[in-house]
Amino acid sequence: MSRLAPIVRHRLFWPAVALVLLLVSNLFFSADFFAVRIKDGHLYGSLVDILRGSTPLVLVALGMTLVIATAGIDLSVGSVIAIVGAVACLRVSELDDQNSVTGVLAAVAVAVVLSLVLGLWNGVLVAAVGIQPIIATLILLVGGRGIAQLITDGQIINVRSSPYRTIGAGYALTIPVAVIIAAAVVAVAVLLTRRTALGLLIESVGSSPTASRLAGIQARRLTLIVYVFSGFCAGVAGLIYSSNISSADGNNAGALIELDAILAVVIGGTALTGGRFSIAGSVLGAVLIQTLNITIYTAGVPGRFTLLFKAVVVVVLCLAQSPTFRTKVFGRWRRSKPPTAGPTPGAPAPAEVAA
Amino acid sequence: MGEPTPAQEPILEMTGVGKVFPGVVALADVDFRLYPGEVHALMGENGAGKSTLIKVLTGVYDIDAGSIRLNGEDVRFSGPLQAQRAGISTVYQEVNLCPNLSVAENIFIGREPRRFGAIQWRRMRRRSAELLRGLDLDLDVTALLGSYSIAIQQMVAIARAVDISAKVLILDEPTSSLDASEVEQLFAVMRRLKREGLAIVFVSHFLDQVYDIADRMTVLRNGKRVGEYRVAELPQAQLVSAMIGKELAVLEELEEQEKPSTAALEQGEPVLAATGVARKGAIEPFSLTIHQGEVVGLAGLLGSGRTELARLLFAADKADQGTFSFGTDTVSMRGPRTAMEHGVAFSSENRRTEGVVGELTVRENIVLALQASRGWARPIPRGRQDELVDKYIKALDIRPANPDTQVRNLSGGNQQKVLLARWLITEPKLLIVDEPTRGIDVGAKAEIQRLLAQLSGDGMAVLFISAELEEVLRLSHKIAVLRDRRLVEQLDNTDDVDVDRILATIASGSATGEDS
Repeated sequence: MSRLAPIVRHRLFWPAVALVLLLVSNLFFSADFFAVRIKDGHLYGSLVDILRGSTPLVLVALGMTLVIATAGIDLSVGSVIAIVGAVACLRVSELDDQNSVTGVLAAVAVAVVLSLVLGLWNGVLVAAVGIQPIIATLILLVGGRGIAQLITDGQIINVRSSPYRTIGAGYALTIPVAVIIAAAVVAVAVLLTRRTALGLLIESVGSSPTASRLAGIQARRLTLIVYVFSGFCAGVAGLIYSSNISSADGNNAGALIELDAILAVVIGGTALTGGRFSIAGSVLGAVLIQTLNITIYTAGVPGRFTLLFKAVVVVVLCLAQSPTFRTKVFGRWRRSKPPTAGPTPGAPAPAEVAA
Repeated sequence: MGEPTPAQEPILEMTGVGKVFPGVVALADVDFRLYPGEVHALMGENGAGKSTLIKVLTGVYDIDAGSIRLNGEDVRFSGPLQAQRAGISTVYQEVNLCPNLSVAENIFIGREPRRFGAIQWRRMRRRSAELLRGLDLDLDVTALLGSYSIAIQQMVAIARAVDISAKVLILDEPTSSLDASEVEQLFAVMRRLKREGLAIVFVSHFLDQVYDIADRMTVLRNGKRVGEYRVAELPQAQLVSAMIGKELAVLEELEEQEKPSTAALEQGEPVLAATGVARKGAIEPFSLTIHQGEVVGLAGLLGSGRTELARLLFAADKADQGTFSFGTDTVSMRGPRTAMEHGVAFSSENRRTEGVVGELTVRENIVLALQASRGWARPIPRGRQDELVDKYIKALDIRPANPDTQVRNLSGGNQQKVLLARWLITEPKLLIVDEPTRGIDVGAKAEIQRLLAQLSGDGMAVLFISAELEEVLRLSHKIAVLRDRRLVEQLDNTDDVDVDRILATIASGSATGEDS
């Protein structure tokens, strides 16, 4: 117990346990669930599917992590996915030769730049105009869906472009391209936040904006950066999503993904109140949610129970992670600290006894 | 000692009241008497126990010792609601009404006149208007409360309080955000209520206002009652020394040190010169020059504008007027970053909310300001971080000496040291420290004072703010005295300057008014 304690107390312990349990439970329904084979020169198997399928959510959760670390939130990611997918597919569909690599690259570039602009829009509303993040990004959540529908003219745009299809459905060196892209973006984000001072400054702003300002941190610029990054991540997710199905659906692409992303971030141990963030946690959370979706499918849970089943798993996981719940339920087995460790709100510290 | 003004029983009598928090005696054996028809000022410095006494009176805290008698009956409040029902109402500095509801709704919220369950809007509006007219206020009671000034909002709060239960009214710092004419308006209302027999407890750190409105006062210091006085019988200077007291200096040795004379320092280079700087509602125009190696102390009561002045020098708040120059350059101060670029560092008095970032570690907190000025793209190499952090953990004796501890788990004194370390590694030319010794233990206090003396010896300019005048006297070469948001005097800290001299200046508004 004592040697295991640090592991058990690690904030990613319960999500990791949940992920393993979910994966193992799949064995009951499909005996070769863990089998990974090489077929037609690329990796093949359920685990590979899960990884590839989780890439859009991983990317969106990555951007969301940094936004939430600044005590903000980005509700517009689903709409950005729809817009970016729509623009990319529209540009590709207008090519004379849809299989032209340069043409596809140009379309992708336009789409990526657009995602940066959409992120900038959110960032300006939050950092410069001072609108509450939930409201500021709600504008693009609603409006962006409309823009996507205007771009696609309310139709589904189908493309037949093998270069474009490679992004979401292709393989390189036996590995799905989407996984490589997501891994690269995650790696860059980890390097940028942990090898530079970006992560520290973001955490400082998220924990205490006032103290950060008085320490000379330019919070506005940082806030702008994280929203632009979140837009970029959603944009790349949109490319992968639309490329995987070779079509753009302005109505449904990325619908409700913001909620899954927020969930992934929270499961990963980043608090919605801002401050400390964990990219690894969010990635784990995103993969966990995708695994849950797949498990529901392989377990043959009837469609009408899917959402309910998901909710139950999430509730259990959240309870397992909640310190309050854990001390209440498991507290008596441990040498418990009294719950009054911190100063009670009413009882002031010496300096605050009188004003 | 003041005799009760009228020959009648006190409406409220507290005897031997004690209140202890873990590690702090907030109130010890405090007596307090309040008579109908008087305005009674509750006086005391920061931490003297005023707020605790008010919270005991309003039922927020239960008492550990003593008794409270209201109208001759022993009472014990289990919560604010009971206190209110018994007839004690409070209006706080921050008006706690709803600005987005109408004036009438605010006055009657929670107790709306009803018939058959439906709110009688017309009756509510009529009663509200009557109540306010009783206070000589003619307001549109259907307008949103938020559309009126803070002063009017406060009076609406008073109208509500008086209408609910009119025996004892507590006004906690009601004037701190009012201008002079609004204060007059409030005082007119208070005088009217007093004539009607209401007992009013008035808490304010504006001495002139206390002398203007109050009949008697009770002075607290360190949780004990110093005395109860008639306002007319206690000169301001005596009040101030009663509030501050004369404690034995912890750090006699600092006074022994030979300080360079102010004249010699003023030959040196000015680090920062502020000319005609002011901010509306915070501080009147002032000019102040700080030289290399000079410690300038700010003396004045709480609310006299000490913090406001310091914040302007760091551009934590923006000045409305005036110029700043560093050396020979005149600089427009756009924000803390501008100040930092010119070598100014600022350690706020609100250590927990504006100083350290509790969630981050000691290491992260210490490197924060230096990192911020380098920009995110140029991280301080880990080796250099360790070197700096270790050096200052040792130099300032920060405990626990573990750079990876979360700062929120440190004691107040150690948090203050972390904050100082944060600024010292930026190698500032001017260090502004606002109440660095407040709420920390004696040992840490002494260390911080010694450190500041040493830094100024090495050529750093220091602006030092403390409510404890002994500290200011011990450290400063020059003392700037503030009163009612004005810098009234700059004294060279020569041998003939002592606490009495500063108190006289604070009390009278000028150094010559010692006879007041």
